[in-house]
Amino acid sequence: MSAAAHHAEELVLGKPSFGQVTAEIAAPMERRPGAFWLLAFLAAFSALVLGVVLIGHTMWKGIGVWGLNRTVGWGYDITNFVFWVGIGHAGTLISAILLLFRQRWRTSIARAAEAMTIFAVMCAALFPLIHMGRPWLAFWVFPYPNTRGPIAVNFRSPLLWDVFAISTYFTVSLVFWYVGMIPDLATMRDRARGLRKRLYAFFALGWDGGTRTWQRYEKACLLLAGLATPLVVSVHTIVSFDFATSVIPGWHTTIFPPYFVAGAVFSGFAMVITLLLLTRKALDLEKYITDTHFEKMAKVLLTTGMIVGFAYATELFIAFYSANRYERFTFENRAFGPYAWAYWTMVTCNVVVPQVFWWKRARRSAFLLFVASCLVNVGMWFERFNIIVTSLHRDYLTSSWTYYRPTLVEVGILLGSFGLFFTCFLIFVRVAPVVAFHEVKLTLAEQKETAHASH
Amino acid sequence: MPPTDSVLAAPLGSRKRIHTMTFDAPESALAAVRRLRSEGFEIDDVHTPYAVHGMDEALGLPDTRLGWVTLAGGFIGGAVALSFQIWTHAIDWPLVIGGKSPLALPAKIPVAFELTVLFAALSTVASLLVRRRLYPSFSPEPANQPSPAVTDDQFVLLVVERDAGFRPHRFHELARELGAAAVVEGWRVL
Repeated sequence: MSAAAHHAEELVLGKPSFGQVTAEIAAPMERRPGAFWLLAFLAAFSALVLGVVLIGHTMWKGIGVWGLNRTVGWGYDITNFVFWVGIGHAGTLISAILLLFRQRWRTSIARAAEAMTIFAVMCAALFPLIHMGRPWLAFWVFPYPNTRGPIAVNFRSPLLWDVFAISTYFTVSLVFWYVGMIPDLATMRDRARGLRKRLYAFFALGWDGGTRTWQRYEKACLLLAGLATPLVVSVHTIVSFDFATSVIPGWHTTIFPPYFVAGAVFSGFAMVITLLLLTRKALDLEKYITDTHFEKMAKVLLTTGMIVGFAYATELFIAFYSANRYERFTFENRAFGPYAWAYWTMVTCNVVVPQVFWWKRARRSAFLLFVASCLVNVGMWFERFNIIVTSLHRDYLTSSWTYYRPTLVEVGILLGSFGLFFTCFLIFVRVAPVVAFHEVKLTLAEQKETAHASH
Repeated sequence: MPPTDSVLAAPLGSRKRIHTMTFDAPESALAAVRRLRSEGFEIDDVHTPYAVHGMDEALGLPDTRLGWVTLAGGFIGGAVALSFQIWTHAIDWPLVIGGKSPLALPAKIPVAFELTVLFAALSTVASLLVRRRLYPSFSPEPANQPSPAVTDDQFVLLVVERDAGFRPHRFHELARELGAAAVVEGWRVL
């Protein structure tokens, strides 16, 4: 019991009162933005503008301005798509799966992680859209009565499954995030004045904190968590079907669904760590987002990193064991061919780097966490690049072998997607509570009870 | 003894008068609810900054049937998705793709699953919002909220007075005994 109490005490430091919780979490929204925020916003917004300009350029000229060719039809665009969808997964994992498992440490970080999910899925959805070349016809992916005769959507295509998976995932995540915020928006409404008060009131939906409302609300959150859990697993499974149901060596693998889901959680947690380290620093939230939170996330990173490493080894073994010369060639080419640099970058970042988290001191060091989580993000981007590009660039006909190089336009659009992501996140921390008031208060109350019980 | 305030003295008829009793701590609010109810007082609701566990049982609220709405939404979503795919692919315009039967079910599962989740989630949230009458309005103070502090750090009980059975004396005695931080008499008449 005393171990449990000790464990619980570390989640919110300094035993603040309920009023203090409200005041301290609301403070960053109520004061003028600091220099750090302004600089970050300037950088993010510049990257976003660059991305918008380059997307405009792509639309004007056509996707010929990218480095894609007849052999490599999927390059940066789809790599970025899979990368960003993966990032989103950690948010749902923290908010839904950890809620079902009653992991109290999720409370302080769930809101920020969910916001990350929403913005990451927005970035992800951007890439298939511009990859279409004619994004103004994007609505063709939805089944609706039309005059195109037999050219309707094909429900047997994994790409169409993806449309449904991503749009459902985005909608459900958005709703879950918003519902989770309603009581906190009411708190902001009751603190604010003037126009701000009216705006918060609009989004708080007349929340009054009655027990009948809380009872239904808690039930709804639990049900949504129960729905989001299989959903998040299905989304990256379906993303992996985009590859796994094809007959390209290197893609046609049954290991893909679990391998992609583990990779998604891995990359998502890396991004949560990067983001929360910066957020905690910028908003003075050391009391609520503690070293204990980071330590737990580092453990998840270590575990999923090893699952991913195991998947790499399995892939290589199965390619060898299949005795299929095309499979063998693809994997030899991946590890020792012209893209070997990308393969070994991936292995170093994803398998070697997280091993540092076997040490408790590394799990609690902000500097090491930051460096390692950034490297994991790089590694996971390269994982998708490897899967997509190295499997394509040397196909069955040697005459069509090629080496794909992105153009500056593609690199700029990738940068732009980071700009979109960080711009949204920076605006979010100014207008909505990054840490859920009501959940921290509940954790605090439980913490007190546990402490009482142990004495 | 009649209440001192003459406004409060008017008979209520079929209406009810709400008094509030405010507490600083969740456990005192819970204890107060249990005590007041055991002494025959009627409590309309308790407004709290977070979901105080056990409060719904203390108030004697029945469990919500929200789960059934979720289940129904999920069934409808799955049925809509499956029947739509079967209708477009196998009935209205059967196309053989890759030599597979137009009716082949496995290919229809991913979309059916996604729509099951989508419908279930949206109907859950819609039910929550409709049943608790949560809808957007620019009005800064919700009519049912006894104090803006209930979204911060106060726990407020709404105690109901009807013409028969309410004992103002005992109400005040209990407020003192239970350590209430504040009492507002006749906050609202409904």
